[in-house]
Amino acid sequence: MAEPLLSIRDLHTHFDTKAGIVKAVNGVSFDVAPGEILGLVGESGSGKSITGFSILGLIQQPGRIVGGSIRFAGEELVGAETTRLRQLRGRDIAMIFQDPMMTLNPVLRIDTQIVEAILAHENVGRAVALGRARDALAKVGIPSPEERLKAYPHQFSGGMRQRVAIAIALLHRPRLIICDEPTTALDVTIQAQIIHEMRLLCQEQGTALIWITHDLAVVDSLADRLCVMYAGRIVEQGPAGAVIAEPAHPYTRGLIDSIPSRNSRGARLKQIPGMAPSPLALPAGCPFRPRCSYADDACLNEPSSIGVGAGRDARCVHPLVARVPA
Amino acid sequence: MLVFIIRRLMQSALVLFAVSVVVFVGIYAIGNPADILLPDDATEQERDHAIANLGLDKPLPVQYGIFLGNAVQGDLGSSFVFNIPSIDLILSRMPATLELAFCALVVALVLGIPLGLLAGLRPGSLLDRTIVTGSILGFSLPNFWQGLMLIMIFSVTLGWVPSSGRGETGSIFGLETSLATWDGIHHLLLPAINLSLFKLSLLIRLTRAGVRETMPLDFITFARAKGLSETRIVGVHVLKTILVPIITVLGMELGSVIAFATVTETIFAWPGMGKLIIDSINHLDRPVVVAYLMVVTLMFILINLVVDVLYSILDPRVRLQGIA
Ligand SMILES: Nc1ncnc2c1ncn2[C@@H]1O[C@H](COP(=O)(O)OP(=O)(O)OP(=O)(O)O)[C@@H](O)[C@H]1O
Ligand code: SF4
Ligand SMILES: [Mg+2]
Repeated sequence: MAEPLLSIRDLHTHFDTKAGIVKAVNGVSFDVAPGEILGLVGESGSGKSITGFSILGLIQQPGRIVGGSIRFAGEELVGAETTRLRQLRGRDIAMIFQDPMMTLNPVLRIDTQIVEAILAHENVGRAVALGRARDALAKVGIPSPEERLKAYPHQFSGGMRQRVAIAIALLHRPRLIICDEPTTALDVTIQAQIIHEMRLLCQEQGTALIWITHDLAVVDSLADRLCVMYAGRIVEQGPAGAVIAEPAHPYTRGLIDSIPSRNSRGARLKQIPGMAPSPLALPAGCPFRPRCSYADDACLNEPSSIGVGAGRDARCVHPLVARVPA
Repeated sequence: MLVFIIRRLMQSALVLFAVSVVVFVGIYAIGNPADILLPDDATEQERDHAIANLGLDKPLPVQYGIFLGNAVQGDLGSSFVFNIPSIDLILSRMPATLELAFCALVVALVLGIPLGLLAGLRPGSLLDRTIVTGSILGFSLPNFWQGLMLIMIFSVTLGWVPSSGRGETGSIFGLETSLATWDGIHHLLLPAINLSLFKLSLLIRLTRAGVRETMPLDFITFARAKGLSETRIVGVHVLKTILVPIITVLGMELGSVIAFATVTETIFAWPGMGKLIIDSINHLDRPVVVAYLMVVTLMFILINLVVDVLYSILDPRVRLQGIA
């Protein structure tokens, strides 16, 4: 594989709360190649968003990156100067959030919010920036962009607002966009449209994507590779097709079985039994143990990552596919 | 928007009417102005004559009817004490009060918003705790006590500024104001600070709470993810967001600054409307009291109207037709 664009090693991001230390990200490692689409999947609370925010250096008090390394195009981002991170944000690494109703400031006009994003990284005149803003809206399929620039966020539908956020993310042709469940809040048809357009736009610009979602069905056709996250760790990763066709980790298996279209019509969905563990009281050994039907005494020791095929690994003592010695 | 304003003004006529009835009856219940206005040794005849002259011999509803008849023609009656139209009396004192209220508000804004921002951006820090403690004191200690302390410290002990009166005035753009002379500014300083302390504390809390509420919101994180500087995020995104509640509360408080000026004016012998009204109540000078309250009510109404219009400009989601 070529030199990765993003390379995360043993990342730990903790929150120091009154109730105790929440290890939201607890030893995460993965790579993203240039132009690659990586799906980051897991249940709510597994640490997907915190992983994304860690990359951009946007972890706020009481959170802190306590260890590990994030290298972007060879440059270490953990512990980098705030000014350097600010240069990278929006220009080289952009982010799109889940709730389009909340990502745009309700009291500022759309043009203000796009123009300020341009001026944050480029020294151009206001008129030029306005022209670019209009083109950016046109590019993501917003009709009559000239007029829409003057509008406020509440005058847009949810789907349109998310397009505006995407337009802002694409402004500086970033090399990586972190998409944190960007379509979860939208209805299904718009969701499909946006995913399709997003993929085309990124292919055009050679932009890599980290597509965060709790819904495997969404990344099924979109992602090149998958990382499955559970309780602050990556429990399985590998090429998307292989992971979905033949999951190695019982948790991935559970996620796949709970996708509606994969079950025969009318049959009850197989949900993973139990609930995600509280981040304050993780079970000893494999954190998935209380919910796992394959669990035995061997699982009382925390499993380490093992190779389970070409470019694949999983954190399980009893992987569902044959293990391959590294 | 125009419909909204017209409807508002019509509602205010009703409010004014109600206020006048309440004040009329209220003063009537307190006592007979003639008892206070006439010297103790006045004869029965002088007394009856004076009472008839002031129109106090007629039954209350008739007195009110006469008042109302004159009022709709713009005549609110003459002061029993000074025997000049009460409205003239009030208007002559109004600039001093407005000047005081305006300066107090400026002090509160210029200090309150930055202090609130500083505190809100570093919650729990020493600076934050100091500012919050100060604002609690400003909030809970009685205004007249604060005024007396200011006089004690800055006039009596340090001797920096005078403790009473308005001092020399000059004119700026044709407005007569203390701000035009050094002497005037010296005199204005303590009363303005005294009157501003409460609003200042209120603004600090409001700004601080607004900042703390706004900072964790998604659109602030998104603004950071765009690579904006912290200055732009706080100065534009946060400030513009919290400005809406601040303007609303400030608008409501503007009227109360004028009302509270009564206390400050009394402590600092500031020759404004507030001091006039206290004197007039003592003399049961009904026309002045009624006229004062009508003027103040009208000011409240106008201020609220302006605030509502401002509000709709600042917060694009508000449309005035909706709140008529
Ligand atoms: N400010 C915070 N203070 C304390 N704990 C936090 C904070 N933010 C996040 N966490 C914890 O970090 C863990 C991971 O959160 P994260 O937002 O990354 O989950 P997620 O996988 O994105 O879930 P979702 O699908 O709900 O978005 C959660 O258990 C959460 O409780
Ligand atoms: S290690 Fe054991 S408990 Fe954990 S997933 Fe594998 S089989 Fe289940
Ligand atoms: Mg999330």
